[in-house]
Amino acid sequence: MQNLKNWFKSGSPWIWLNAAAVSTSLIMVFGLLSLIAVRGMGFFWPADIVETDYTDKYAQQVRLIGEIWESESVSANQLRENGYSIPEELDEVTRYLIKTGNRDLLGADFKVAVALGLTEFRFPEELMKVERREWGNLYGRLVSVKENGSVVAQGPGAWDELRARLERVLLIHDEIGRIEKKDIGSINYSLEKLRLTERRYELDDALTAQREAELADKRKQLQAEYEELQARLVTLYQDIARDSLSAQIQDDRVVDVPLSKVVEVTLPNAMSVTQKLATYLRNLWTFVSDEPREANTEGGIFPAIFGTVMMVLIMAIMVTPLGVVAAVYLREYARQGPLIRLIRIAVNNLAGVPSIVYGVFGLGFFVYFLGSNIDQALYPEALPAPTFGTPGIMWASLTLAILTLPVVIVATEEGLSRIPSSIREGSLALGATKFETLWRTIIPMASPAIMTGLILAIARAAGEVAPLMLVGVVKLAPSLPLDGNAPFLHLDRKFMHLGFHIYDVGFQSPNVEAARPLVYATSFLLVLVIVSLNLTAIGIRNHLREKYRALES
Amino acid sequence: MLQPQDAKELDDSQSDQSMSEDTRAEQPTPEEPRTHGVDISTLGRENKQRNIDEETIALEVKDLNLFYGESQALKSINMKIARNSVTAFIGPSGCGKSTLLRCFNRMNDLVDSARIEGSITMDDGDIYQKSVNVAELRRRVGMVFQKPNPFPKSIFENVAYGLRLLGINDRRRLEETVEKALKGAALWEEVRDRLNENALGLSGGQQQRLVIARAIAIEPEVLLLDEPASALDPISTLKIEELIYELKDEYTIVIVTHNMQQAARVSDFTAFMYMGELIEFDETNALFTNPKMKRTEDYITGRYG
Repeated sequence: MQNLKNWFKSGSPWIWLNAAAVSTSLIMVFGLLSLIAVRGMGFFWPADIVETDYTDKYAQQVRLIGEIWESESVSANQLRENGYSIPEELDEVTRYLIKTGNRDLLGADFKVAVALGLTEFRFPEELMKVERREWGNLYGRLVSVKENGSVVAQGPGAWDELRARLERVLLIHDEIGRIEKKDIGSINYSLEKLRLTERRYELDDALTAQREAELADKRKQLQAEYEELQARLVTLYQDIARDSLSAQIQDDRVVDVPLSKVVEVTLPNAMSVTQKLATYLRNLWTFVSDEPREANTEGGIFPAIFGTVMMVLIMAIMVTPLGVVAAVYLREYARQGPLIRLIRIAVNNLAGVPSIVYGVFGLGFFVYFLGSNIDQALYPEALPAPTFGTPGIMWASLTLAILTLPVVIVATEEGLSRIPSSIREGSLALGATKFETLWRTIIPMASPAIMTGLILAIARAAGEVAPLMLVGVVKLAPSLPLDGNAPFLHLDRKFMHLGFHIYDVGFQSPNVEAARPLVYATSFLLVLVIVSLNLTAIGIRNHLREKYRALES
Repeated sequence: MLQPQDAKELDDSQSDQSMSEDTRAEQPTPEEPRTHGVDISTLGRENKQRNIDEETIALEVKDLNLFYGESQALKSINMKIARNSVTAFIGPSGCGKSTLLRCFNRMNDLVDSARIEGSITMDDGDIYQKSVNVAELRRRVGMVFQKPNPFPKSIFENVAYGLRLLGINDRRRLEETVEKALKGAALWEEVRDRLNENALGLSGGQQQRLVIARAIAIEPEVLLLDEPASALDPISTLKIEELIYELKDEYTIVIVTHNMQQAARVSDFTAFMYMGELIEFDETNALFTNPKMKRTEDYITGRYG
């Protein structure tokens, strides 16, 4: 008893409690990160394709070919109630979820199979996984490769022939993509520009015959270019449609898949570990560098990464000067009194306003009020189609800049108040005005604190989704906000965002089960993006701290 | 405050640095206890007798009153600062000597509650007139503070700071002026090879000389020193004092000090202040050896303060 009392007195329980709290937090953070990392990153590993026979509850036999997606233990009673006949002595049964793909042919991507009805798992090397541009994966055996409908290879040589022809098709596909997206895209952009110029002249009553002729001339030129490209496209489309493959799927049907619809074919069961690793890395690269397909459930997420980073950068560019200037006024110029105290309290409280409220404000003020006024003043030729009077990356960044403004103001004020008055006096005594003192000495010395504020702002802004849904994020943006068409930076465009992408893929996609690993992978990537943005900012701050180390002395 | 014993120790410790062993043995030591004042002859420096009435006047203070809100910090001060001389302000803590010093370059303007009556004349103009450009005034009246306050920039940029404020960006001209200022502050030899290093890497004494160099780089007419050596060790203090002695030829110097030895060593004129009043202002030798006021004598003999 006495011992226990002494033990309490010594403070050890308190230390243990502290340590326990810290370790709990650490475990939670690392647990979260490893969960999303494992779930998300594991998806890209080329899984073996299993072949097995399944007797379902109606005693019908089917053959299944696919990837084992997950397995779980289910209570036997539950299955009995569902009409399965399970031997009496079993309490629990394993149930598999097998991704059989072939959604267009079988009606569903997945098959639920109780372990009792399955024969042994076989992994024949010839099983093939075909990633298609539509309808998801196809699993089956390669039967033949066809050119214009007639077989050119079958049997053992078919695989090599398929690889060679796929290579060619992918090259053509890239070229088609380039022509459609870049070349025709830029012609369309120029045509739209011409249309707007013409409309502008009309509105200004300045559309002279000469100008009209000039415009028509340019238009004709573009039209000619377009037709040239179109002709090239037609031949490319003919070329790409030449080859196809035939595959035998699990119910022994033989189906033809045009190679133009194929992204990749693999034989995962025949791969060595190094080959699998190479495929894994290639898949990862595709994921971060490609555009999404199939309602975002397949392909990559590059536009979302790009949109997130760009939105955060524009936000940082807007919030830093605004926050710093406001903090300088509050701390350096304003007479400290009840009014300033009130303003300071208000600013601090702004940080606690729910973010969706900022979204509503952004929509109401920036988009509908500011945006439509800008449109009327500067872009009357495009009306009634809005230019800035519609959600876009500029309004999203501006909304987030307002959202993070309090953080920057508070951090900057903190930094300004830490600078010793002797430094100010030293500068003033040399004949500097207050502004010169601020500009040459005080603000540089406060820059590490400003960076701290910016780091917090970035951390908050990059993870914010709710307000963005109102002011500029879309499920699928046709073009990036930064491209090769002058003026290169298109602040009026809508953009994609990783956070919204997670929500969209996870809850709004037609095939939630198949897209779930993508949710984890995208989450993991979002964390990585935020971490790297922050590390960059922290690096800059440490550099500045090193430079202005005066405060410690 | 300062007993004869202390005075001797301080004197000895500095002699260690400045003199060789044999000359030190010849140092005069006070044999009989002093009744008043400081024995100027022990301070090892010749003092030309100067008379304030024969000097050119750099600054003239007339009926200066300064209030912090309700409380009065300076009470009708009248004094003259002679050109190319060193004037020391001594007095106990809180007597207003720093406040008076800060009146000369209007640093008190930074205190919201400060209010000033009376005038300070410089070149026939009152520096408290509305038309005076304060930044311009501070360029003419430089100031060095108690604690060295170099900016977190390179040594070069610290000295060049005032010049850049004047819009001088010509590299060659900057280099010349920086070198001249650093030589003037007796720092050139120590830092000539590391002008681009951060000034915060210098020692306290070097930093204080750097700050002086920074102040004299823009060639002010008056240099205000607010206890420039109080945060420094004895060796650095000695260097600063030697520097003040040299700078006197070119600048009018006003120095606030707690250390009466220092005041006696470096200054030509000394003002004793007490409770916001100027009690006595006289030629330094006269003030220390033959104070006219009882309070001055009490203070310099260590009876209070």
